[in-house]
Amino acid sequence: MARMKFLCDSERCIECNGCVTACKNEHEVEWGVNRRRVVTINDGEPNETSLSVACMHCTDAPCMAVCPADVFYQTDEGIVLHDKDACIGCGYCLFACPFGAPQFPQEGAFGDRGKMDKCTFCAGGPEEDHSQAEREKYGRNRIAEGKLPMCAEMCSTKALLAGDASDVSDIYRERVIARGSNAGAWGQNLAYNAAGKKR
Amino acid sequence: MDQTLQFYGGRRQRSLSLTGLLLLALMACLLLGSNAVHAGNAASANNGGVQGADYWRQVTQGEQGYSTHKKAESGVLINRSGEEWRQLRIQQIQPYGIWALAGIVLLLAAVYLLAGPSKLEQPRSGSTLERWTKLDRYLHWAVAGLFIILTLTGLSLLYGRYFLPEVMGKSGFANYIQLAKSTHNYLGVLFALCLTLMILKWIKNNIPRLIDLDWFLQGGGMIKGKHPHAGYMNGGEKLWFWVLVAAGIVLSLSGLVLDFPLYTSELRNDLQLATVLHAISALILICGTLAHAYIGSIGTEGALEGMVTGQVDETWAKQHHDLWHQDLTDKK
Repeated sequence: MARMKFLCDSERCIECNGCVTACKNEHEVEWGVNRRRVVTINDGEPNETSLSVACMHCTDAPCMAVCPADVFYQTDEGIVLHDKDACIGCGYCLFACPFGAPQFPQEGAFGDRGKMDKCTFCAGGPEEDHSQAEREKYGRNRIAEGKLPMCAEMCSTKALLAGDASDVSDIYRERVIARGSNAGAWGQNLAYNAAGKKR
Repeated sequence: MDQTLQFYGGRRQRSLSLTGLLLLALMACLLLGSNAVHAGNAASANNGGVQGADYWRQVTQGEQGYSTHKKAESGVLINRSGEEWRQLRIQQIQPYGIWALAGIVLLLAAVYLLAGPSKLEQPRSGSTLERWTKLDRYLHWAVAGLFIILTLTGLSLLYGRYFLPEVMGKSGFANYIQLAKSTHNYLGVLFALCLTLMILKWIKNNIPRLIDLDWFLQGGGMIKGKHPHAGYMNGGEKLWFWVLVAAGIVLSLSGLVLDFPLYTSELRNDLQLATVLHAISALILICGTLAHAYIGSIGTEGALEGMVTGQVDETWAKQHHDLWHQDLTDKK
């Protein structure tokens, strides 16, 4: 079974915000909500580094653990999705999320949080695939169409990779080898052998 | 390749350390990228820039970067406090809250069964004294009624997801918890208002005196023997009042922060702290309220009628608040 993953290669990311735009356009995400954003550390300095970040579809997802309405579920491919109909807008998923992925439109008299919106890995929601309801609430379901997330597909430098974890890591490993980076090797080991060490 | 599969294949073994590992994997991915910058670009290798572990340290310490998305904390890549908050909520507050609630119920049941309620020692005199004015009673029951609703909705938000979906069905639970949250948010403001008025109205009766210490030393009459002296409010009532003041202020303020993040703080760390303080102060007050409700109703004969009708029997006044009774008869 495939395990879906995002990976952003900071050497390649040029902060063009193409992924952000692709996502917003593909899903017609509402005003004020960004499912994906690009963050640049040390902006304007010689060592500036950019990364594109959205929901990382965690294995033991913190949002899922704290939600009082229990609206989250994880697909067989490891994609974390949620049921907007049951969302109460309490914001707990945002408090727990390390990446600031959950977003809330402002609604109501005192700028109450509306229904949470976040990256779906382009996999829609609990509604029937390709239904109008799914389109309106969660955007396009590209996974059901056999396609990968739009942000990664549109990435001009292919910094952002999305797909089956083993494919993503293979591509990344090739890049590390091509760059001749010795420094990266221990990181690779740390990243993908960490689970093996514990057992 | 095998290792990769092995790592992801292990996801079904749900353990908390997996989150850690996953984060670690992500950290390493981020780290890798910047390490590659180091190796792949000789020009930038020696400029003392942040790479590898340094970069990662910067990011996890919550340093703000630049983002075109202009919302609170958009520039923060990784916020570590979320995981601590999650652990605190799920592994500390939730179980200890259950223990506290179960503990207080068992304690009260034990007191009722072993010591029994405090009966009137003399027959009722038939004449009554006014103990609580109409305003006192309205305030008390407004706060009490709101507190009960807020307790039920609040505990639903804290524990509901673990058993309510089975009780009321998935869509029933979704509707109920939505209603619970809205009710909790709106009535909470009213509760804070009523509580403030009640505290202001009653504060002058609850200034601690030396006699209250004596009341506590004698166990409030629980230990067999003569009933300790007490004025209009006894030591125990004053203690409850001040617990209510302290926990009530924390509860109300943290609740208002959670209610109106736009006007207070939208920062995750502040909101995390607010939920923690809110849950702890609420659980303290729920336990206190259970004890208060027991003592004020079935635990003490003749007490509840004071808060219902405003009038208490003179025998009750003499037994429980002898100095207050003395004052009133002196004035006559």
